[in-house]
Amino acid sequence: MPTTLDRRTVAAGFLAGGAAAALPRVARAQAPAPLAKTIPSTEEKIPAVGLGTWITFNVGDDADLRKDCVAVMAAFFEAGGRMIDSSPMYGSAQAVVGAGLEALGSPKPLFAAEKVWTSSDGPAQIEATRKLWGVPRFDLLQVHNLLSWEAHLDTLFAMKDAGKLRYVGVTTSEGRRHGELEKIMAAKPLDFVQLTYNPVDREAEQRLLPLARERGIAVIVNRPFQQGDLTARLEGQPLPALAEPLGATSWAQLILKFIVSHPAVTSAIPATSRVDHVRENLAAAAGPLPDEPTRTKIAAEIVKL
Amino acid sequence: MSEWWTYRPSDFLLFVPRTYYRLLEHYGAGAWPWQVAALAAGLAVLVALVRGRPGALRLALALLGAGWIAVAWLFLWGRLASIAWSADYAAPAFVAQGALMIVLAALPLRAVDVSKPRRLGASALVASALAYPLLAPAMGRPWAAAEVLLLFPDPTAIATLGLLALLPAGRRAALMIAPLGWCAFQGMTLWTMGAPEAGVLLGAATVALLLPLGRTVRRRRDRAARDRPPASPGA
Ligand SMILES: NC(=O)c1ccc[n+]([C@@H]2O[C@H](COP(=O)([O-])OP(=O)(O)OC[C@H]3O[C@@H](n4cnc5c(N)ncnc54)[C@H](OP(=O)(O)O)[C@@H]3O)[C@@H](O)[C@H]2O)c1
Repeated sequence: MPTTLDRRTVAAGFLAGGAAAALPRVARAQAPAPLAKTIPSTEEKIPAVGLGTWITFNVGDDADLRKDCVAVMAAFFEAGGRMIDSSPMYGSAQAVVGAGLEALGSPKPLFAAEKVWTSSDGPAQIEATRKLWGVPRFDLLQVHNLLSWEAHLDTLFAMKDAGKLRYVGVTTSEGRRHGELEKIMAAKPLDFVQLTYNPVDREAEQRLLPLARERGIAVIVNRPFQQGDLTARLEGQPLPALAEPLGATSWAQLILKFIVSHPAVTSAIPATSRVDHVRENLAAAAGPLPDEPTRTKIAAEIVKL
Repeated sequence: MSEWWTYRPSDFLLFVPRTYYRLLEHYGAGAWPWQVAALAAGLAVLVALVRGRPGALRLALALLGAGWIAVAWLFLWGRLASIAWSADYAAPAFVAQGALMIVLAALPLRAVDVSKPRRLGASALVASALAYPLLAPAMGRPWAAAEVLLLFPDPTAIATLGLLALLPAGRRAALMIAPLGWCAFQGMTLWTMGAPEAGVLLGAATVALLLPLGRTVRRRRDRAARDRPPASPGA
């Protein structure tokens, strides 16, 4: 069920939601759409860059910072983004996403990705999360960091069978419990896994990414910028010559191009509090992508610095 | 769970410093002008400490106890919990601490006859809690973000540690847990945020732990001096 992005629907939604203030005053020249990758279990297409919300969207009740988040979301949808990822662990991020969606008039392209976390009562936590987002149902629910994964997966598969959920996944980050994740991927009919992968953290290439391809599991990549540490470290360093033919104008774009060009990767979900960064991140998936030898060179350049 | 070892303190920091400082600022602006009353009460605590009279110390204990409850209610539940779920867990401990301090303030008190360094150290802790609001403007943040004791947790914990140094050991022990725990937790949080205030909190906790030790060491030295045989000439 390939989904084409309809920008007019998005724009209409924004205006209906009365979020005109959050939108750029002059319509921006339409940026090329980001590359769409296929979710193996349904063949649905999804843009290769999404939006994370850890820390950046945890702004509590601060009205100005909430407006900034709405602006980031507006720019994200405007640039063709779809997947927003959050978790009950992220403080007020879920409520901020929910308020943002409301302000933007519930943008149709949204692909809502959430998690079920420590709570022993998974269904109650999921319902509380759904209310915060203000969506009828989630596209994807993931077991956060494999916590109580057996029980939570039972819940999620039951929800999927009942048509209350479209996709089921499991997350980890920074290389934690890869062995266990591998076993779950081999044994359970997962639609998605979420893990850390970037030019510096490449352990997933060994077993998990090949296994995801073999088993037809979509891969979401978290911490593409090592929570900002990687981009901060590279800041000010001149870009290598290989960046130009790829159309990459920043290290952030080069990193994202490296990640999403891996054949097993479906979507990377960088978090940002800045409109210019969200545009830059989406644009990374719109231009040319590196082939395998160039990917190796990108990683070598970054590791060197 | 073995993977806990792979987490760093920064993995538990849920917000960026800007969000946190703006939260302090909004809370401070909403609390105005209670900062004035809180500082006056803080000054009273310092005077009680310097004088060391049991009645005044009990009053100080009750004042600070009320501060712990106010901080739990207004700041932890009222504000911080919106960006840090840890505040939901800290708040009941703050209420318990405040209640316990108020209960103990109602009981008769035999003030500890403390050494000069200990009294000085205790007063220094309370004085630094009183001066704590100056950190905000010193760090280039607006005055509204100034953290005043009895309204904000960090200076309240520091002042409490100072007062506790003058209480009998039996009472002190139970009351030290929450302020020391907060100083450690919040010190870690601020350190992860790269905020120099972390040093103030961790330093205050260290001083508070060392103060009673100083007394024991001195006592031991006194006893040793007493027990030593007088030096015999020509030995
Ligand atoms: N176990 C799990 O399930 C798990 C664990 C970790 C993360 N996640 C998910 O994955 C998402 C991404 O991971 P993350 O947020 O930890 O880290 P990240 O996306 O690697 O890094 C976020 C940081 O990168 C900066 N940034 C974003 N775009 C940039 C650009 N174009 N140029 C320069 N800097 C840029 C942001 O700063 P600015 O605000 O200044 O742009 C932000 O501080 C999370 O938000 C979360 O949704 C899930």
